[in-house]
Amino acid sequence: MSVARFWRKIPQRYNLIGTRCGTCGRHFFPPRTFCPDCRRAGEIGPYHFRGTGEVVTFTVIRTASEAFEQMTPYVLAIIRLDEGPQLTGQIVCTPEQAKIGMRVRPVFRRIGADGTSGVISYGTKFAPVALS
Amino acid sequence: MRDVAVIGVGCTTFGEKWSTAFRHLFIEAGALALEDAGVQGEQVDALYVGNMSAGRFVEQEHIGALIADYAGLATTHIASTRVEAACASGGLAFRQAVIAVASGMEDIVVAAGVEKMTDVGTGASVEALAGAADREWEGFVGATFPGLYAMMAVDYMHRYPLSREDLAQVAVKNHSNGAKNPIAQFQQEITIDTVLRSSLVADPLRLFDCSPITDGAAAVVLAPLERVHEFTGTPVKVLATAQASDSIALHDRRDISTLDATVAAANRAFSKAHLTPREIDLVEVHDCFTIAEIIAIEDLGFCRKGEGGRLTREGETALGGRIPVNTSGGLKACGHPVGATGIKQVWEVVTQLRGEAGARQVDSAEIGMTHNVGGTGATVAVHILGVT
Ligand SMILES: [Zn+2]
Repeated sequence: MSVARFWRKIPQRYNLIGTRCGTCGRHFFPPRTFCPDCRRAGEIGPYHFRGTGEVVTFTVIRTASEAFEQMTPYVLAIIRLDEGPQLTGQIVCTPEQAKIGMRVRPVFRRIGADGTSGVISYGTKFAPVALS
Repeated sequence: MRDVAVIGVGCTTFGEKWSTAFRHLFIEAGALALEDAGVQGEQVDALYVGNMSAGRFVEQEHIGALIADYAGLATTHIASTRVEAACASGGLAFRQAVIAVASGMEDIVVAAGVEKMTDVGTGASVEALAGAADREWEGFVGATFPGLYAMMAVDYMHRYPLSREDLAQVAVKNHSNGAKNPIAQFQQEITIDTVLRSSLVADPLRLFDCSPITDGAAAVVLAPLERVHEFTGTPVKVLATAQASDSIALHDRRDISTLDATVAAANRAFSKAHLTPREIDLVEVHDCFTIAEIIAIEDLGFCRKGEGGRLTREGETALGGRIPVNTSGGLKACGHPVGATGIKQVWEVVTQLRGEAGARQVDSAEIGMTHNVGGTGATVAVHILGVT
């Protein structure tokens, strides 16, 4: 991924800045600039998510794409944030510790690298609340 | 709108075709289809070709023109269009061709699909396929394609009765069908143990739960039903074409274990054809992973949610069962050259409805269905075909 393409998303990836529709109150992460419910009547503004939530479903990635090969096995999950929206992220725990319904909180971590000498990208992963 | 018929079909063998170039794959399938239809190249008005990612797999874009050129149709200046919707590219190319003929804009139209995936390494092809999901918010954080379907499987198995063995049975059944299909990439039977002993890719999915990386092409020829007597092929009527979309990312779906786009497309297709699931004699579903077939047969209406495992375990989806699923071997055993898959599904249904499927023939098949999925369910194409 190009530097510009990553840099553009730093606020979202580092600090979980998403959006909220002021018209209906619905939260969006990943951020949307258009509310699917209110459409053109939607008043979209930035929203800083707490990042706490629970695991909806998960898997353990054993075979990864090139950027993630060094990190396998890792736990990948869909997390429902407390404000409502769902996102995909890695859980910093062992495969055995991952459970549906598990409470998680955000942690800042290295996400991946473009090859061995490429750009290292950082972002938000999640850690189990009970284990931390 | 005019009634539309498929008057010819052709398909290459599927597999790792090291010696065949991208452009020649298509030519082979196209020539078979035209020959089957008894149509000359210069009679073709338009061409729609489904292709997901030639740009990443063979570093070639502008596929419509390339294909027309090497098919010898550059001199007739045929209208040739590439259609892209990830793994549903073929299904959408077929739909575009049906619409072109139904509308009266074109008469003789070829719908094709082609993908050449083995010119790059496995890592690069996994990376290219990840582009079928949300690159920025799924791929970036380490989601792979098998990983996304694995999360569907975990959610499903948490909520409904489905054992690890039931999942394996999908692959066992599809390999059994593939063994009867001369074009299939894998023509050997496997056992539940083969699946359970294969390596884990993304828990709980193992290597034998996943469709392979495949080279292949398929093509079909369409004509208005009123003109089929002019050609030699046995016509099969297109009873319905339907397409639906959903969120690109799995995490934004209403329900992780349901493809709402499948439900929507199936409802539209059944309504258009005035048919119900009971009247379908066979179906080709998009089994990119074993869990995908379980979810598909439910979402298409062949059983209720949560019953897909039982249906599979009891042999209802096998050859000779109540609703034979993936008689071609499916994506799992026949292979999955992504852009070609949707057209291969039509090829299989037409072959069955003409009674030409040999060892895998479904007795007195009269109505068949295809179900082609892009990504994790963001695009779905459903078609119903029937004997004339
Ligand atoms: Zn709104």
